Amino acid sequence: MTGIELRSLRKTYSGNDVLHGLDLTVTPGEFLVLLGPSGCGKSTLMRMIAGLEAVTTGDILIDGRRVNDIEPRARGCAMVFQNYALYPHMSVSQNIGYALKVAGVPKAERQARISAVAGSLALTDFLDRKPSQLSGGQRQRVAMGRAMIRSPRVFLYDEPLSNLDAKLRVAMRLEIRRLHQKLGTTTVFVTHDQVEAMTLADRIVVMNAGRIEQVGTPSEVYQHPQSTFVAEFIGAPGMGLVDAIADPKRGVLCLGDGQEVRFDAARWPDLPHGAVRLGLRAEEIGITAHPSAHTVMARVELIENIGPHRHAHLSLSGCNLIAQVPNDFALQSGAQVAIGFDMAALQLFDPATGRRHAGQNVPLAERIAATV
Amino acid sequence: MIERTPVFDAIVQVLLVLSFVALLLPFWVVLVAASHDFHTVNQVPMPLLPGRHLFENLATAWEKGNFSRVMVNSLIVAIAVTAGKIALAAISAFAIVYFDFRLKKLAFWAIFITLMLPLEVRIVPTYSVAADVLAPFEAILNLTGLSVDLPQWSLLNSYSGLVLPLVATATGTFLYRQFFMTVPDELAEAARMDGSGPLRFFWDILLPLSRANMIALATIMFVFAWNQYLWPLLIITDQANFATATMQLQKVVPNGVWGEPPVWNTAMAANLIVLFPPVLVTLLLQRWFVRGLISAEK
Ligand SMILES: Nc1ncnc2c1ncn2[C@@H]1O[C@H](COP(=O)(O)OP(=O)(O)OP(=O)(O)O)[C@@H](O)[C@H]1O
Ligand SMILES: [Mg+2]
Repeated sequence: MTGIELRSLRKTYSGNDVLHGLDLTVTPGEFLVLLGPSGCGKSTLMRMIAGLEAVTTGDILIDGRRVNDIEPRARGCAMVFQNYALYPHMSVSQNIGYALKVAGVPKAERQARISAVAGSLALTDFLDRKPSQLSGGQRQRVAMGRAMIRSPRVFLYDEPLSNLDAKLRVAMRLEIRRLHQKLGTTTVFVTHDQVEAMTLADRIVVMNAGRIEQVGTPSEVYQHPQSTFVAEFIGAPGMGLVDAIADPKRGVLCLGDGQEVRFDAARWPDLPHGAVRLGLRAEEIGITAHPSAHTVMARVELIENIGPHRHAHLSLSGCNLIAQVPNDFALQSGAQVAIGFDMAALQLFDPATGRRHAGQNVPLAERIAATV
Repeated sequence: MIERTPVFDAIVQVLLVLSFVALLLPFWVVLVAASHDFHTVNQVPMPLLPGRHLFENLATAWEKGNFSRVMVNSLIVAIAVTAGKIALAAISAFAIVYFDFRLKKLAFWAIFITLMLPLEVRIVPTYSVAADVLAPFEAILNLTGLSVDLPQWSLLNSYSGLVLPLVATATGTFLYRQFFMTVPDELAEAARMDGSGPLRFFWDILLPLSRANMIALATIMFVFAWNQYLWPLLIITDQANFATATMQLQKVVPNGVWGEPPVWNTAMAANLIVLFPPVLVTLLLQRWFVRGLISAEK
């Protein structure tokens, strides 16, 4: 199995830095997802790995071998494109078998391998059709077949599901995951859909403006975002952020509008007195009918019905928060409500740098005790 | 915007029919004139319905114009121009669209400028080059101080002379360039990932995709080459061997200088003969062309 290593990889387009020196290791057999907003350089990075884009400075190593100057075909990567890029004039079987034809594989062997791949992707009945006669999902599978047939060392997917409807997307997601479990091939998958990232990834690389913000397993990235960018980007909805002044001596966080919340200062022994940004997820905020010393008052701006529950958009001292509310909980927009936080899940960020204050891991018993 | 008013529709229909008739009228006159004997065709007014001497006249014209020889010449030239043009256009457009090389801009503009200089405009310099192909190279070498004497190589009175100057123009290149630019980049990248080099990509993917394009260009070029008149007239003095069909028309056309009465029926029959191949090619390829468009995969 194949590992990939990027060493201070930079990409410049006519003087504009698009990637600012990335370091990243993809371990053999891993399913790595590159996640980030549009234009952050995900495709560029993937295309550099594939060899379709030249490296400005830095190194790309595949299996420990520097491949900067090696042609795409010799790198052993197979790529699935966002719009599939099937050859329109070739039948499905010609599309799938083209790489073998170019490589000079004899016809009999080629046919056998095409049948095997088509069988595993349920494409056997469509082998003679042209791509224009296929549905989006079928085209997607042909594109995957074309990548699979070469038995590549690395699979590269560039937003392969973004042209499919919601239902098909879920189905193809499972299919891709299944394929990875079966073949165990090292995979790099680009998406800007974080649900896709969460469900598929062994590890997620969150990118922003040509930099890597955080690398971690889906739960690490979700529970311990290393920066406010990751906090807001990951999760649906993202983490709510509220500005406050921390007063560790008194163990309180003073909000902009004068309200105070008690917090577990012991978790952040090194926290200085000063500005912080609180990070809270929707499910960690409770709306209660009974104001107390542990709650603060917020205004309900808007209520969104999600299905299993509702999202209440709150305004707390001028900052926006989203709280998850059960469907049967009576609530009106415009109302002032009391909200309490799951203090064990609270994250603190440095507003100047956007980085997370690390703090200490709190034992479970204490976490439960600290919960309001 | 599509109009849905009946009156407007009717007007458009009438206009369409009128222009169609106006377009066909000359052809009808040619056909009618070619089908009467010498006396009938010279009556005033000429009859407007076809007569019964068409094949007779065709045979006379065929004989008189030496068409069994010159039709072959024209076919050779038209086919060679068409094939050469398609090959040159596809390859040069491929270079311009898919490769980054030094002087690419210069190459592009050099090709572009030939669009503005059709053969008729530069006919004198083109003739002098055709008369001595190596002369420009000799002149350039002499400029650098080297005094060389290259052998004389003339294209006058040869098939190459009839073909090459017509091949070397930019129209086809631009047609192909426009087409190649509509081919998604991902297709080229997918082919690269599949291990195919540039030539393989050109042959396996670009050429099959450009079939409709190729047929359209072939139609245009065949007719264009077949209809050439001035250039063949200029460079072919050995008319017994290298005359083309269009050149031959002037010999069949009535000559009033010696007071002979114009032989319109034979002349028009010769017209029909010369008209036939390009019309046939257009009809045949048009069908393919349309079929190519209908089954065009996106
Ligand atoms: N050929 C190019 N020339 C100049 N700039 C480019 C080129 N290709 C990409 N860029 C720039 O590089 C940046 C990153 O582009 P990239 O396609 O990698 O983004 P992305 O993360 O894949 O976005 P998306 O999610 O929209 O696909 C963008 O700002 C883009 O404008
Ligand atoms: Mg992209």
